[in-house]
Amino acid sequence: MQIEGRSALITGGSRGLGAALGRALAREGVRVVLVARGAEELARVVGGIRAEGGDAHGFAADVGAKEDVHRIAGAASALAGPIDLLVHNASTLGPTPLRLLLDTECEDLGQVLDVNLLGPFRLTRALAGGMVLRGRGLVLQVTSDASVNGYPTWGAYGVSKAALDHLGRVWAAELEGTGVRVLTVDPGEMRTAMHAAAMPDADPATLADPAVVARRLVAIIRAAEAIPTGTRLEASNWTPPRWQPMAVGAAFPTGRG
Amino acid sequence: MLVVDPAAGAMADFAVRDLPSRLRAGDLLVVNDAATLPASLEGHDTEGAPVEVRLVGPAEEGTWTAAVLGAGNWRWRTEDRPAPPLLPAGSTLAFGSLDDGAPALRATVVAVSAVSPRLVRLAFDRQGDELWSAVYRRGKPVQYSYVRAPLALWHVQTAYASRPWAAEAPSAGRPLTWRVLLEARRRGIALAAVTHAAGLSSTGEPALDAALPLPERFDVPAETVAAVTRARAARGRVVAVGTTVVRALEGSADAGGGHLRAGEGRTSLRVDRHFQPRVVDGVLTGVHQPGESHFDLLQAFAPEPLLRRALAHAEHEGYLAHEFGDSCLILPRSL
Repeated sequence: MQIEGRSALITGGSRGLGAALGRALAREGVRVVLVARGAEELARVVGGIRAEGGDAHGFAADVGAKEDVHRIAGAASALAGPIDLLVHNASTLGPTPLRLLLDTECEDLGQVLDVNLLGPFRLTRALAGGMVLRGRGLVLQVTSDASVNGYPTWGAYGVSKAALDHLGRVWAAELEGTGVRVLTVDPGEMRTAMHAAAMPDADPATLADPAVVARRLVAIIRAAEAIPTGTRLEASNWTPPRWQPMAVGAAFPTGRG
Repeated sequence: MLVVDPAAGAMADFAVRDLPSRLRAGDLLVVNDAATLPASLEGHDTEGAPVEVRLVGPAEEGTWTAAVLGAGNWRWRTEDRPAPPLLPAGSTLAFGSLDDGAPALRATVVAVSAVSPRLVRLAFDRQGDELWSAVYRRGKPVQYSYVRAPLALWHVQTAYASRPWAAEAPSAGRPLTWRVLLEARRRGIALAAVTHAAGLSSTGEPALDAALPLPERFDVPAETVAAVTRARAARGRVVAVGTTVVRALEGSADAGGGHLRAGEGRTSLRVDRHFQPRVVDGVLTGVHQPGESHFDLLQAFAPEPLLRRALAHAEHEGYLAHEFGDSCLILPRSL
């Protein structure tokens, strides 16, 4: 999609991939609204983007809390205009160190589902209707390879991401032909606080820099019309289509190439 | 949904899910995409007297127009609530600190309306991200005493809510589901939007209530102007979802010398039996009683005797009125 002058809402925007994506999009002329629970950390990221000339806003809220979702949707639209790009980046591992399902409290699984599944569902539901009315929009869900592989101790997180992947497929099927697209992207393993919490012994040299992954996500967002809606992609394996997105859009108006 | 056909002078009972079947390919349905603000803020003046501020909308230089209500809560009808303290220009209000330690939001009265001492312009102690955060974290949607439980922000949004401009919900669109809207689109009925800052329905102060609706902000996108032109060319009907859409479209045409123009404006247009609509052919609305400004507005689309017959029918059949009630489609050649 053409992104200059559009508005984006990014959850989990105060650190890691969310902060890097906010910065990368702002550099491309996107008005970004970042959401995270921690107001101070969020204000630092927003201040950093503004210092380099970007149009950024922050709203401190918890994506996993039902009462916060319409606040996020409303405040973001007030600050940046109707949202064209919604990035579900926030997620939680649940308690760390990660534990076996046999040792997982039901309440902890519930909390992981609240943040990683219900939050994205609620926020898409709050914003996608307006996108359908305007005939355009992109919902980008950040997933993990734990959604397709049954890694021991990654149960709560993996289940939530598998459900998120499927949520994306159903959203895409239901929104087919409306101009609103849904993509789900596995960013791969990155040097982030979340990764360190899950795998403290990982060698940082083997992990990607979130800023590099963020630039790949920007390329994916730009090429979104050339990617079938509902697709689950791996950022590390994705290569830009050789043709121009505009040409594909013109040849296949429904977007299914 | 009660369907009233002024061309046939007839009416019939349907459900909102039947709306697409009452329209034809080439018709245009125009909705108000305003999201509803958490416009109600509870606070107190410097003497400690309780006030409820209901935000109407942004005004010049970062200030906000607001109505001030006195003590009491949402269970009280606005007209039964005691008057708020007199707040001359220069008065300050504080909206309490939050459980998590967030400090109070403060506002200064910078002007008082000639319409009513309860209609003021407020300057808050912050702007931008900080103000919107404070409003969304403290504010609640305007409540209605006839509703059983307090309304949350999600109760007062339409399925397509986008820009948070409305002080109270543009309620005519509330029953519209995407199932109905996408079914309409499949049948060749076009869908377009305006944004209209639906205002307060009542404040309990007679002088102020008599002045409602106050001039309201609207935006008609270029896509909507084009959609109206296409509908006209196809001899389709333009159906406004809600009286706010009538005010936006007719207000825009009124300001444009009879021609709908793209862009933002502010309208204080009064639509009543003497008004000749230039853009809108029919309205999907709630069930409105004589004496309401909405009832006056509907007389631009159907004669009063027919509307009174429709209302008597609606009462007999147990239709519900007010914001969360049943729907009424007034449209020629809909039966």
